[in-house]
Amino acid sequence: MATRAARKAKKATRQPASHRTWALGYLALAAVMFVVYQYALPWEGLPLPIYDFLQLWLPPTAINEALVYVICALGLNIVVGYAGLLDLGYVAFWAIGGYCAGWFMSNFFEQWNFHGLASVPTTEPGLHINFWLVLVIGGAVCAFFGVVIGAPTLRLKSDYLALVTLGFGEIIPQIFFNGEDINGFNLSNGTKGITRLDPIPTGVKDLGPFDFGSKFVIFVLLAALMVFISLQLRRGRLGRAWLAIREDELAASMMGVPLMRTKLASYAVGAVAGGIGGVAFATHVDGVYAERFNFSISIFLLAMVVLGGMGNVWGVILGAFILAWVNSTGLPALGDTFNTEFGTDIDFPSFTFLLFGLVLILMILFKREGLIPESRLRMVLHEGDADEELKPAQEEKK
Amino acid sequence: MTLSNELVLDASNISVQFGGLLAVNDVSFNIPKKSVVSLIGPNGAGKTTFFNVLTGLYKPSEGKVMFGDREITDLPPHKIASIGLARTFQNIRLFGLMTAEENLLVAMHSHLKSGIASTILRTPRQRKEEKEALDTAREILDFVGIGKWSSEYARNLSYGDQRRLEVARALALKPEILLLDEPTAGMNPQESAVFVDFVHRVRDARDVAILLIEHDMSVVMSVSERITVLDRGEKIAEGTPEEIRSNQRVIEAYLGKAASEGRGK
Ligand SMILES: Nc1ncnc2c1ncn2[C@@H]1O[C@H](COP(=O)(O)OP(=O)(O)OP(=O)(O)O)[C@@H](O)[C@H]1O
Ligand SMILES: [Mg+2]
Repeated sequence: MATRAARKAKKATRQPASHRTWALGYLALAAVMFVVYQYALPWEGLPLPIYDFLQLWLPPTAINEALVYVICALGLNIVVGYAGLLDLGYVAFWAIGGYCAGWFMSNFFEQWNFHGLASVPTTEPGLHINFWLVLVIGGAVCAFFGVVIGAPTLRLKSDYLALVTLGFGEIIPQIFFNGEDINGFNLSNGTKGITRLDPIPTGVKDLGPFDFGSKFVIFVLLAALMVFISLQLRRGRLGRAWLAIREDELAASMMGVPLMRTKLASYAVGAVAGGIGGVAFATHVDGVYAERFNFSISIFLLAMVVLGGMGNVWGVILGAFILAWVNSTGLPALGDTFNTEFGTDIDFPSFTFLLFGLVLILMILFKREGLIPESRLRMVLHEGDADEELKPAQEEKK
Repeated sequence: MTLSNELVLDASNISVQFGGLLAVNDVSFNIPKKSVVSLIGPNGAGKTTFFNVLTGLYKPSEGKVMFGDREITDLPPHKIASIGLARTFQNIRLFGLMTAEENLLVAMHSHLKSGIASTILRTPRQRKEEKEALDTAREILDFVGIGKWSSEYARNLSYGDQRRLEVARALALKPEILLLDEPTAGMNPQESAVFVDFVHRVRDARDVAILLIEHDMSVVMSVSERITVLDRGEKIAEGTPEEIRSNQRVIEAYLGKAASEGRGK
């Protein structure tokens, strides 16, 4: 039987055996990058052209920033890719995470003094809590807000959900933007932002804003943690329920899956990643600035998930990396090279969103399943619509 | 055929209104323990709508539904499912991009306990629970005869196997009542005959009461202990297959329908 052979082949490609390969591949890549940034780049003997090339095309700050996007995109993937909920306001969690770092790792609240295993001397005023604890706090605060926002909105049909999350993503940054004087209380320092964060304690050495190599390792670890959490959840009770909801919400509820709770769980877990990413980002830029948390980041993250392949963590990592890199480095570097080569004066970075729009449209037209699709999605998108195939005989009967 | 008079389900005076349309009109209906009862009627009679009331998808405008001695009229669908009312769908609604066994595991959701933390950490309890759930799922798939497709995507199964998978998924809820909405739709006569045996096997081995919506009269007549006939939202007859076969109103409802549409059973 030909079909049986075909089925066997399909089975072989589907099993998550490739998870290990992907994980090892990415880790090897990370190891190479670490060696380059930690040892090769600062090395006196590095030939100047190579040094210039790396600084132009692969600067350490861009790579670390891309990793922050990876962390957040992995969180959004749980909401959008796994549970199939459209969230257009994910930047709110990123902002909340960022401000957690700002509040709990700086001199900002100088009216209060609290030190929790922090890396700075206890003479420093303000709230100073150990970075690793702040990660937990940021994640927890975001999970809390995820539930608070999700509880009333997740009952809505997905279009409305998109609108409400969009509003949430606008409101939270606005609160921080205007939060300099809330009845006399300075919540966020407004447009000036909060800066100079405590270094990251590692037990060996405290990492300041310029320890790119070591922070790279920390960010890789955080991203790896998110991958681990995603994969573990995906293969368990909750992950199956998410997928079932994505497939057919009504059928899922008829099979005993509580829709609200299950959706809320995806929202909360996704929010945790946003919080962790926010804390990481704050340490990366050594501060939090309200104007950085704008709507475009939500869309940007969504584009990363779509480009990489909804529901597939490995694809999402790739998508996040590519888009973050194009945005921060690729386009400006291409612009510089192009302009010096041809004596033109074109502002390449201003085309970022044109480019992303194009990428999204092209992806939707030609490769809807993303660069590295989840095997399940690849099937539908290349074989036609699932619904059509699932109810052939019922129609003909009527 | 004698029906026990202990009821698993008792729906009284149910009405459902869609705008100006009274899709179900003051219908009372019960299901005795471990029985096989059927709901028949012409297209649009309100059978599926009635099902949807029992499973909590629609809230009736009048009437109440008792499950044992618990009122379930206002419970959300997932609650009703988890306390023992499982259904299949008239148009198959499997999770097409999940494997057959995953489809069953989804239905076991409410019986499993692992939370976020234990799933991430893969605690021994979580692993044990998952393994047991998987064993149960495979056992049910074997029971309905599609064990060999346990790790195949639902959408890749043949039509008949998808119907079986829907029953298997409903059984995974460990229901006391199994509601089957036109399970033989699209089957040929031989398959339907096999299905009759299958229904009895399910009832006996799984200890459930079965409520069947069915258009195929040969199936209905040979499988049901009691038949209820709906027409335009109203219950027009109820009784044993023999009684229904000779009931004048039922014949009219069907023949009238068939004559006006130029076809029928
Ligand atoms: N959600 C709804 N909104 C409005 N009208 C509905 C809805 N669901 C069903 N109806 C209407 O209620 C009536 C009964 O429909 P129902 O699906 O219950 O019939 P049925 O007996 O299952 O028929 P069939 O044999 O065709 O499956 C029909 O006229 C249908 O159009
Ligand atoms: Mg129907």
